[in-house]
Amino acid sequence: MSGYIYYPGCSLKGNSRSYEESILPVFKEIGLPLQELDDWNCCGATAYFSVDDTMAAAICGRNLSLAEKTGKDIVAPCAGCFLTLKKSNAFLTSRQPKSDKILRALKSAGCEYHGSVKVKHPLEILIKDIGGEAIKAKVSRPLSGLKVACYYGCQLVRPYTDFDDPDYPTTLDSLMEAAGATAVDYVAKTRCCGGSLTGTIEEVGLRLNYILLKEAKRKGADCVVTICPLCQFNLEVTQNKMVKKYKDDVRMPVLYFSQLLGLALGIDKADLGFSRSIVPLKPLWEKIGNGGAR
Amino acid sequence: MKIQRKVKYEEELDPNFLAEIKHLSGSENLDGCIQCGTCSSSCPMSIYMDYPPRKIIAMVKNGFRDEALRSFTIWLCPSCYTCQVRCPSQIKITDVMYALKRKAIETKVFPSRFAIPVLDREMSRLIAKYGRNSELWLILGLYLKSRHFLTMIKMAPLGLKLMKTGRMSLRRESIKNKKQMKALLNALKEET
Repeated sequence: MSGYIYYPGCSLKGNSRSYEESILPVFKEIGLPLQELDDWNCCGATAYFSVDDTMAAAICGRNLSLAEKTGKDIVAPCAGCFLTLKKSNAFLTSRQPKSDKILRALKSAGCEYHGSVKVKHPLEILIKDIGGEAIKAKVSRPLSGLKVACYYGCQLVRPYTDFDDPDYPTTLDSLMEAAGATAVDYVAKTRCCGGSLTGTIEEVGLRLNYILLKEAKRKGADCVVTICPLCQFNLEVTQNKMVKKYKDDVRMPVLYFSQLLGLALGIDKADLGFSRSIVPLKPLWEKIGNGGAR
Repeated sequence: MKIQRKVKYEEELDPNFLAEIKHLSGSENLDGCIQCGTCSSSCPMSIYMDYPPRKIIAMVKNGFRDEALRSFTIWLCPSCYTCQVRCPSQIKITDVMYALKRKAIETKVFPSRFAIPVLDREMSRLIAKYGRNSELWLILGLYLKSRHFLTMIKMAPLGLKLMKTGRMSLRRESIKNKKQMKALLNALKEET
């Protein structure tokens, strides 16, 4: 397969719109403009695997089949989509009776899959395929003086990822350093944010996210940089409740890596989805000057 | 005072449970667990669980079917895979948790109003029907079906903020080719 086709998933069309709004211009800027996969369906995330694993793998098979017809590999910015598609891809091509059965069902529904598609995360493409040095060369507005806590969460680095370490990954740190920022030594970088627990058992979700922000603050970070819609959401929308409950002001901007990288590449601030933030971004603009406006 | 026996007799255990979960989880090496506890100490959720992951694995190995399937532990697992990548015996612990969740739903012993399985089932239902998840409808379904009416009201200001910033809408998302999704579901049923 040559080139990439973009798989947004539900979040990048809804709650994490600013991720889509920033990742697309970033990829255009580095010379890899992305086209959206036509009529993609949801990946099913962790939910479908908890209910019906056959159907969970089958619906991912439909997406893989659609991508295969375009002759391109999938790029999935959402960590949940990335893992679910990668996991299903490995299963569907494992030649077991159970996976062969799903492949037959896919074929009879008109979405035959031959197993030739690779699933990649934008971070992997940027750091491993293009490389930190090449990105650095394209940076026109380095984020000098900005201290970032790079938060990877769980599903990007575990358990199937081969491009970084599952416990102490560094690719996002190198990318942010290439953009001119300083990555603080953030030991909580792969500690789970609780995923959907913020919506289901709030008090548990709140504490998990408080631990993450507290550690970022302790290390002197100005903001948290994420690669996952659910992490971003959890870390951002719970902040006021945390201040109230733990009597500790841990508030800080929580951004997608593509938003900051976009700024560094010289893309207009207005085109990177910053207006979608619920937490005030003033401290960020104070740090990197003039709000990144041209 | 009523005296109760706290320990189970061997004949009360289910000798087939281990094989069943091995097959369902795809972790055939499940009985290689050395009970080291790396999973429990790595788990960000173990402090909230009724049985930490190490105990769940021991229960599966020894046939404590009812206890494992009715536990809250399996639903509290957020699928972060920390235990799985650290397990010295390479047991796919997260996949074992998934298998237990599916078995609990299949045998109808799961806490049906508990928010986590409600969310999982609601999201799966939306995707099977429309091909896509719609965040707002998922949240509404979650709070109605888990009877969390008060939470729904408490969450309303956040919902409004998200709507104001264009991050949430009333729109019902759907794929164009819903027929294909249905055909896929039917084809899978025929294969089984």
